[in-house]
Amino acid sequence: MISRRRMILSGLAGASVVGAAALARRYNLIPPDHAGLYGIGETLTYATQRLLTLHQPLAREFDRSQISKVFPVNGDPPESDLYQRHVSEDFANWRLTVDGLVAHPFTFALNDLKRFPSRSQITHQACEEGWSFIAEWTGVRLSYVLNLVGMLPQAKYVVFHPFDTNWDSLDMTDALHPQTLLAYEMNGEELPTPHGAPLRLRVTRQLGYKSVKYLSRITVVDSLKGIGNGLGSVSPDLGYSWYAGI
Amino acid sequence: MAEPRHSALVRATHWVHTFAFFALIVSGGAILVAHPRFYWGETGGVGGPSLFDLPLPFIFGPSGWGRSLHFFAAWIAVLNGLLYAASGWRARRFPALSREYEPAQRRVYLIVIFLLFPVTVLTGLAMSPALTAVVPVLVEVFGGQQSARTIHFFAASALVLFLLLHVAMVCVSGFTSRMRGMITGQGGAARNQA
Repeated sequence: MISRRRMILSGLAGASVVGAAALARRYNLIPPDHAGLYGIGETLTYATQRLLTLHQPLAREFDRSQISKVFPVNGDPPESDLYQRHVSEDFANWRLTVDGLVAHPFTFALNDLKRFPSRSQITHQACEEGWSFIAEWTGVRLSYVLNLVGMLPQAKYVVFHPFDTNWDSLDMTDALHPQTLLAYEMNGEELPTPHGAPLRLRVTRQLGYKSVKYLSRITVVDSLKGIGNGLGSVSPDLGYSWYAGI
Repeated sequence: MAEPRHSALVRATHWVHTFAFFALIVSGGAILVAHPRFYWGETGGVGGPSLFDLPLPFIFGPSGWGRSLHFFAAWIAVLNGLLYAASGWRARRFPALSREYEPAQRRVYLIVIFLLFPVTVLTGLAMSPALTAVVPVLVEVFGGQQSARTIHFFAASALVLFLLLHVAMVCVSGFTSRMRGMITGQGGAARNQA
């Protein structure tokens, strides 16, 4: 026999699940790759870490003496003719387009970005595979560039298009984080080609694959649904999570 | 009716943990083969010195689903473990540490439940760049991100050894009656050696 107490309790439990789901949606705690069995784990991890990082803590920074001796890379630079031409021209004609839900879409030359206030940080990067290194990165804060072009209030994600197929996106928490850089220097020198020349993203609180290399265009959007597979990046297609704060 | 051999909560959490642990070991292996090399300190990679290399090839493919399964199973294992710990705390009595077990057996259970399992969870969290931004000491106590990864591997290996020992002891002390005890709760009061 089902007691009245049990009925009330299961009603309350059901209501709290529905309520939690509505709150999670309202506060952007659901990642784009939330579907399926594994999506439960992705969502729990993403929501928990977003609640714990509300105060935007900085990732650990290190001494210059702790900079690694080797900096392994995965993958080769883009093979497209356009990118190869930029390499041969030393990126003189390379431009970064910033568009989407912004008041003033703009196209930046590398020197424009280098004139903006810069930030240098010595941070740890772990690859999804298990290896890691510490390096110094210099660049302009992504938040500085986004403020310059004037993000519209409905903006929710920032999408990064490189010269290869490894596009990705960030939520506003990581996009506006003070350590999230558009980096043009590594260890005090021009960004080496295998590390993403001329400009790459640096996201300190996620695994290395989120720090998109070889940037070409940045688009501000209110939804990831219409882009690519609709899962926020190329990673879920390959079996990897969109959110990699781990 | 006689007191059950194991309470319903102990039986449920035992089997949930069995499945979660199996998924963690399979997916942990899938993650491991992407880079079967270990380091000490903050960093390490191909081209630099390692602490030791496992005699395995580098296989990149399975780490994607491996990681998704690992985190899904880790959430289940952690929530299940917290439920077990909370009920033991409330009852002021942890069934696995009951006096009916041999002292050596109790010591092993104590190490598994209150040392090895928490260490795998903490070293796992210590590899998260987001969580170590919130709590840097989480990775500092282990001596760096790569040290945490290495300790994670050793603690998990020790848990696998425990599992083999545990199953061997179940077989030695009477497989049918021990399994009946943990599945239905029924079973003799004879000394439980598993």
